[in-house]
Amino acid sequence: MSETENAELETFRNETRAWLEANCPPEMRKPATSDADVFWGGRNTKFSSEPQRIWFERMRDKGWTVPDWPREYGGGGLSAAEHKVLRAEMAKMGARPPLSSFGIWMLGPALLKYGNDAQKKEHLPKIAAGEIRWCQGYSEPNAGSDLASLQTRAESDGDDFVITGSKIWTSYANYADWIFCLVRTDPAAKKHDGISFILFDMTSKGVTTKPILLISGYSPFCETFFDGVRVPKSHVVGTVNRGWDVAKYLLQHERAMISGMGERGVGRPLGQIAADSVGTDALGRLDDSMLRGKIATFDVDEAALAACAERAVDLAKAGQAHPAFSSAMKYYGTELNKRRYEILMSAGGVDALEWESERSRQGARPRAWLRTKANSIEGGTTEVMLGIVAKRILDLPGA
Amino acid sequence: MALVLTEEQSMLRDSARGLISDKAPVSHLRHLRDAKDPTGFSKELWHSFAEMGFAGLLVPEEFGGSGLGHVEAGVVMEEIGRTLMPSPFLATSVVAASALARGGNAAQKSEYLPKISNGSLLATLAIDEGAKHRPLQTSLQAVRAGNGFKLSGAKALVVDGHVADLLIVAARTAGAAGERDGLTLFLVNPKAKGVAIERTVMVDAHNAARIELANVEVNADSVLGEVDQGAALLDGVLDIGRGAVAAEMVGLSEEVFNRTVEYLKNRKQFGKLIGEFQALQHRAAELYVDIEITRAATMKALQALDADVAKAASSVAVAKARAGTTATRAVQEGVQMHGGMGMTDQFDIGFFMKRARVCEELFGDANYHTEQLARARGY
Ligand SMILES: Cc1cc2nc3c(=O)[nH]c(=O)nc-3n(C[C@H](O)[C@H](O)[C@H](O)COP(=O)(O)OP(=O)(O)OC[C@H]3O[C@@H](n4cnc5c(N)ncnc54)[C@H](O)[C@@H]3O)c2cc1C
Repeated sequence: MSETENAELETFRNETRAWLEANCPPEMRKPATSDADVFWGGRNTKFSSEPQRIWFERMRDKGWTVPDWPREYGGGGLSAAEHKVLRAEMAKMGARPPLSSFGIWMLGPALLKYGNDAQKKEHLPKIAAGEIRWCQGYSEPNAGSDLASLQTRAESDGDDFVITGSKIWTSYANYADWIFCLVRTDPAAKKHDGISFILFDMTSKGVTTKPILLISGYSPFCETFFDGVRVPKSHVVGTVNRGWDVAKYLLQHERAMISGMGERGVGRPLGQIAADSVGTDALGRLDDSMLRGKIATFDVDEAALAACAERAVDLAKAGQAHPAFSSAMKYYGTELNKRRYEILMSAGGVDALEWESERSRQGARPRAWLRTKANSIEGGTTEVMLGIVAKRILDLPGA
Repeated sequence: MALVLTEEQSMLRDSARGLISDKAPVSHLRHLRDAKDPTGFSKELWHSFAEMGFAGLLVPEEFGGSGLGHVEAGVVMEEIGRTLMPSPFLATSVVAASALARGGNAAQKSEYLPKISNGSLLATLAIDEGAKHRPLQTSLQAVRAGNGFKLSGAKALVVDGHVADLLIVAARTAGAAGERDGLTLFLVNPKAKGVAIERTVMVDAHNAARIELANVEVNADSVLGEVDQGAALLDGVLDIGRGAVAAEMVGLSEEVFNRTVEYLKNRKQFGKLIGEFQALQHRAAELYVDIEITRAATMKALQALDADVAKAASSVAVAKARAGTTATRAVQEGVQMHGGMGMTDQFDIGFFMKRARVCEELFGDANYHTEQLARARGY
C-alpha cells in the first residue's frame, strides 16, 4: 500500500471512529443477547427499542447497512480496505450490526453477480433499507445435504412459472416478505442441470407456512408449502436451468456468514464468565483446572480463527481465495461456536440448567446452547463441508 | 467378579425394562413436560415401582426392602436412562435410602426406611450450593440452639425437592467452607417453619428445586450420623449417587446411539443410505467403542461400591467422568447425524441431549471427577 493510500485510510479511520462515537447509541454497543435485540427489517417489522431505530436509520442513511455495496443500490460504496476499517472500528466499540438479513448475507451478493439490471434496481435498495425481509427456500424433506435432488416443480405457463411442492427448515418463512427459492424447471435433465433460482412474494396465492418447534423451545423455522404459486418468468435470477450456479455462489456467502457467527472476541472473556460462577483459587485462577484448560485452548483457537477469517476476506478481495475456502471456515467456525456454548454450560453449572425462571432470563443460556447445535447443520453440515474441502481443495480421489 | 450380569440381575433388567418401556417411553416425559405436571412424575408408576420391590431396592430386608446392591440399582437406572423416565428412584431409593441406611441410628432407620420401601415416603439429599458440585464448599450454617440446631442457607439442584417428604441437608456445624471437618447431615421436614422451596423448571423437564432455610429449628435427633464428622458419610452416599447417575448415562447413551444407528440405516441422501458414508460409519464405530468402555467402567464402579463403598472412590470417579464425556458425545452425534430432524422438538433426540446435560452436572461433572482422580493419585 502506498503512503498516500495509507494516509487516506488513516483519515477514513479517524472520521469513521468519530462518526461512530457520535452516532452509535450506547445501548447498541452491547452484544445482542436475544432475537429481539436483532433488527431483521421487513414489511411487518417493529423496532424493539428507540436506540435500535436510531442506530438503524443513521447507518441506513450512510449506506452502512451494506457498506461495500455500490451507492446506486443503497450501499456505502466502500473499498475493501475501507470496509475492513469500518468493521474493525465497529468491533472495537462493540457496535451491533444495525440490520441483519438473509438479503444482506445471501441474496444480495448473488444478485450483484447474477441479477439483471432490473432485478438489482428492484431488490437491492429494499434490502439495504431493511424494507423487505427474505427467506431461503432451498432444503426439502428429501433434499438436505443432497440439495440438488430437490423436487419442487416449476412448470412453464405462458409468461409465468407455476410452482408446486414443499420446502422444509425455512428459517423465518413465517416472517419473511419474499423468498429466494430453488425449483426444478427441467425434470428430464441431470439433477444439477434442471434447477432454477427464482424470487417471489410470500403473500402470493398458494404459499403457506407452518412453524416447526426447535429443541430450544423456539420456532425460528417452518415447513413451507407451494400450491400452484404463479410467478413471472422475469423473476428467475440468472439463466433458466442454470440456477445451481447461483445457488452455490450464494451458499459460499451463507457459509462465510455462519462461520463468523457467535460473539467472537466481544463481551466478557469466557474465562471470566466462568470465574464469576465457579470461583477462583488463592492465585486468582479459575478454580476448575480442567475447565480452565479447555477455555484456554478455546481462546487460542478462537484468536487463530479470527486471524484466518480476516485473512480469508483479504484473500477473497485480492482475488486469491480458493472458492471452496468458505466451507473450511464454516466447518471450523461452527464447531468452535458449539464448543463455546459447551464451555458456557459447564461454567454456568446448575444455574445454566434453568429453563423458565426470571433469574435465568427464561433459560437464555441453555436455549442458546441448544440453538448452536444447528450451526453445524444449517447452511450445509460439517460432514458436507469436510467433503467439499476433500474434493474441491484437496482433489482427493473418489471424494 | 465377572463383569457380566448374573441371571438374577438379567431378570431384574428384563422386568425393569418391561415396565419402563411399556409405561414410560419418552412420550411419557414429553407429556409431563407439556402438561406442566405439578408433580413431575407419575405416582401410579411409582407405586408399581414399590410393588416390584424397586423403591426399596437398596434397603435392607429387615426394613422392608429388597436388600439388593449397587449393580442392581445400576440396572434399574440404566433402564430409566433409556426412556428418560422421571422417577423418584435416584433421589429417594438410591441417594436418600443409602444415607439413611448407612448413617441412620436404629430409630431413624425404622422410621424412614420401611416407608421408602413401600413407596409412601419421598426423600432427597440437598447438597449443592454454588453453580458447581463442590461438597466440601458447603457453607449452609447449622448453629447449636438449645437442645438442637438452627439451619440457615440455600441449596440448589435438589432433585425432587418440591415433592420430597424428607430433606437430608448437608450443613456446616464447624470449620470453614472447603474443610472436611465440620460437616453434618440433618433430617429436615420440608414443611418446617423457615423452609422455602422453589421448584425450578429445568432444561430436561425433570424435577429439581432451590431451597432456602432461614433459622430452621431442628432437634438433636435430626442429626444423621455424627456431628462434624459428616464428610465420610457424605462421600459414600455421593459416590453411590454418582455410580447410579453413571448407569443412567450409559442407558441414555446407548439408546441415543441405537436410534442414531437406526437412522443411518434408513435415511437416504445422494441415492445412498447415509450409513454407507464412511465418515459416519467410523464415527458410529468410535461411539460404540466409547460406550462399551464406559459401560465396563461403570459396572466396575458399581461392583466396587458393592464390595466396599469406602474404597470405591477412584472407580466411581472414572465411571462418572467417562459417563459424562460419553453421553455428551453420544447426544451430540445423535443430533448431528439426524441433521435438521435432530433439531426439532417433535423428535425425541433433543430430550436425550437435555437430560445428558443435567446428569453431567449431577454430583460432579467430568472435569470434577477427572480432577478428583488426579488428586487421588497424588499429582
Ligand atoms: C436451524 C436451521 C435452520 C435452517 N434454515 C434453513 C433455511 O432457511 N433454508 C433452507 O433451505 N434450509 C435451512 N436449513 C436446512 C439445512 O440446510 C439442512 O438441514 C442441511 O442441509 C442438512 O440436511 P438434512 O437436514 O436433510 O440432513 P441430511 O442431509 O439427511 O443429513 C443427515 C446426516 O447425514 C450426513 N451426511 C449426509 N450426506 C453425507 C455424506 N455424503 N457424507 C457424510 N455424511 C453425510 C449429514 O452431514 C448429517 O449428519 C436449516 C437447518 C437448521 C437446522
